[in-house]
Amino acid sequence: MLMLMSVSIFGLSRVHAHVISVLSEGILTMRTVDEWFLSMLESNGVVILVVTVLTLIVLRLLFVIHRTGKPLRPTAVKPLSTLIVLGSGGHTAEMLNLLAALQKDRFYPRYYIAAATDNMSLQKARSFESSSDDEIFLRLVQMGKDKAEYMQIYRSREVGQSYITSVGTTLVAIAHALWLMIKIRPQVILCNGPGTCIPICGIAFLFKVLGIRWSTIFYVESIARVKRLSLSGLLLYKLRIADQLYVQWPQLQRKYPRSILVGCLM
Amino acid sequence: MGSNGDGVSSKKVVFVTVGTTLFDALVRAVDILEVKQDLYAKGYTHLLIQIGRGSYIPSRSSGGDGSIAVDYFTFSSSIAESLRSASLVISHAGSGSIFETLRLRKPLIVVVNEDLMDNHQVELAEELAERKHLFCARPQTLHQTIVSMNLDSLLPYPPGDAKPVAKLMNRYL
Repeated sequence: MLMLMSVSIFGLSRVHAHVISVLSEGILTMRTVDEWFLSMLESNGVVILVVTVLTLIVLRLLFVIHRTGKPLRPTAVKPLSTLIVLGSGGHTAEMLNLLAALQKDRFYPRYYIAAATDNMSLQKARSFESSSDDEIFLRLVQMGKDKAEYMQIYRSREVGQSYITSVGTTLVAIAHALWLMIKIRPQVILCNGPGTCIPICGIAFLFKVLGIRWSTIFYVESIARVKRLSLSGLLLYKLRIADQLYVQWPQLQRKYPRSILVGCLM
Repeated sequence: MGSNGDGVSSKKVVFVTVGTTLFDALVRAVDILEVKQDLYAKGYTHLLIQIGRGSYIPSRSSGGDGSIAVDYFTFSSSIAESLRSASLVISHAGSGSIFETLRLRKPLIVVVNEDLMDNHQVELAEELAERKHLFCARPQTLHQTIVSMNLDSLLPYPPGDAKPVAKLMNRYL
């Protein structure tokens, strides 16, 4: 197989070289543009094009033949570092419900982020991490691979805060989010609604554009959203920042066609 | 309904919860004499109210002599026990309370708080009411809902499943 490939590549490159030399000779001896053009059309141009296309087709054919019969993915699943954004009350409950359904050895290591003023969410995440009794998780504990980290992030704006000071705190929140994202550079981001996810997803998008890290963003809209998306969901949908936006009710899927209906998760 | 034989009366509790919110309108709506009488007439013996951050304090009553017993508390670490021992739950429209109650298959009346700005919670309550998993009311219409409710018309809520999302996410990656 390799012999055949290398022979054909060699052969085709020889043809290429010959055609290019003839063409350049032609260019050097041509006096006028018209004559040059005619000459091109007459032979060398068409020949080069045809030969190039044939080369590509043959190479692709050889590649496909080579790969046929081989499994598509490597058998071992690579773990993906996952950032999980938690929000108050119902948001955290829904997120933990979702996490319970994910394989712990694929979405690993896990980083939990909650707002600085949210006391309950990280606690709930900790007890979720330590209470799992599934076999895979226990195996990970034995291998020392059950690391999860918990971080707090500054809120852009507290309820009732004046708008003037909000500008300052929002900038602080964005800077803090940037710092955390640079440290973690997650491969997967999971969020389901709270405002804390907006600076994080915005920075993830920036990282994608700059080529720093491609974080796949999964946004799961809350089950409480039946007819309208939340503000976070709407932003991520309209700005096309979320890679996949899941909704739990059919009305939402009809209204936002690029969203994906997953049914009630709770 | 009422007492069993042998003089042992069955205790039927109506549990009212506002979660972590402030929802005086609901507590007031339930603390009305006619409402309590109608609940008693339907066979409920006890009314337990979780008042949360509310400032309106209902009056306790030990019941007996043809009236419902009333008690209240502010918070508990988990309302699961109160939900489990209830025969009827009247709750604010928080999704956590709603689904916790539906999972326990308890008859549920959800009362929507009209004082909340941008009340998106009402969407969930109305949708589930349309699907006949619970009754939906406002504080002013709660009494009417209690009087006219037919618990047999309620359909059990099929438990949700997060596995489809996990599958979709794995396939995407």
